[in-house]
Amino acid sequence: MKAVIIGSSIMAVAVGLGVYTWQTTNAAADPCGNTTVAGAAIGGPFELVSETGETVTDRNVITKPTLVYFGYTFCPDVCPIDTMRNAIAADILAEQGVDIGTVFISVDPERDTPEVVGHFTDNFHDEMIGLTGSPEQVRAASQAYKTYYRAVEGDPEFYLVDHSTQTYLMFPETGFATFFRRDTPAEQVAEITACFAGRAA
Amino acid sequence: MKTLYMAGLALLGLATTAAAESAISVADARAFETAPTAMAGGGFLAITNTGTSDDTLVAVLADFPRVELHTTEFENDVARMIHLDAIPIPAGETVALEPGGMHVMFMGLQGNPLTEGETINATLVFEQAGDVPVTFEIVKRDMAGHGHSHNH
Repeated sequence: MKAVIIGSSIMAVAVGLGVYTWQTTNAAADPCGNTTVAGAAIGGPFELVSETGETVTDRNVITKPTLVYFGYTFCPDVCPIDTMRNAIAADILAEQGVDIGTVFISVDPERDTPEVVGHFTDNFHDEMIGLTGSPEQVRAASQAYKTYYRAVEGDPEFYLVDHSTQTYLMFPETGFATFFRRDTPAEQVAEITACFAGRAA
Repeated sequence: MKTLYMAGLALLGLATTAAAESAISVADARAFETAPTAMAGGGFLAITNTGTSDDTLVAVLADFPRVELHTTEFENDVARMIHLDAIPIPAGETVALEPGGMHVMFMGLQGNPLTEGETINATLVFEQAGDVPVTFEIVKRDMAGHGHSHNH
């Protein structure tokens, strides 16, 4: 399963499934209880817009072990739950002296202005970084991370967006470490992240 | 005669309303606070049909530009929020609208975020029971709202 094809829901699903299967079958072999996906180039360079309206790149944003999630602020239920989970994982790790970052990347650039993503992320964690961008910038970042999103057509103001819900653990130098599905509890996210962070240190 | 007739109608109306309303009870109606510039917020509650006939929640009315019933479906880690036209509330059962599943979506908050400690007055509209008033308490979001926590 080469995780390099993107662009349709079927492909996104196929990628997700491939990664998941690989992870499940190899989990026992890895001391972090999880592992990297061989050959799957998840992540990489992106250019987006920060909460203050400045253009930033992955090098500015991922300066330490970082949990990266793609969502949209109009989403009243799933995104807040997942974002809260990541914020709590960061707090658990902070208590243990492990400093990690949390990032929320909007897949709804039309409605999510820098100010809106800024307020949204502040609601969960003081240090959470909210990013948005032009439709092209967001598309490119999403494709780099192999995430799927699609705005549901029909309503210009109150439209919904289908989107992937996995959270990625990224490192500044080495990039992608693993990903977490949304049913992974904060404690487990923290534990696995700490393991990878310890290995990288 | 006419007066009596009117009174009779009114009584009949009252009786019908009372009987219908008693069939539906709501509990734990809450919404989570939102960021200042949030455009939408979610409402959650448990609806119990104590009556002997099935009922259906067909609408929620509240003072927002748009209020809808939604659920979220997951397919291989992709979340799709689905607009529901109605939610069946079978006789004798409790249907919970909980984080991660079904919710009432209050849309068009622009400039009027949901603030902790405040309330949202709304009306649930049922096919059989008619209008049932409900007050959503706006609370802070915490992990109690995390439907997939291992504590559950």
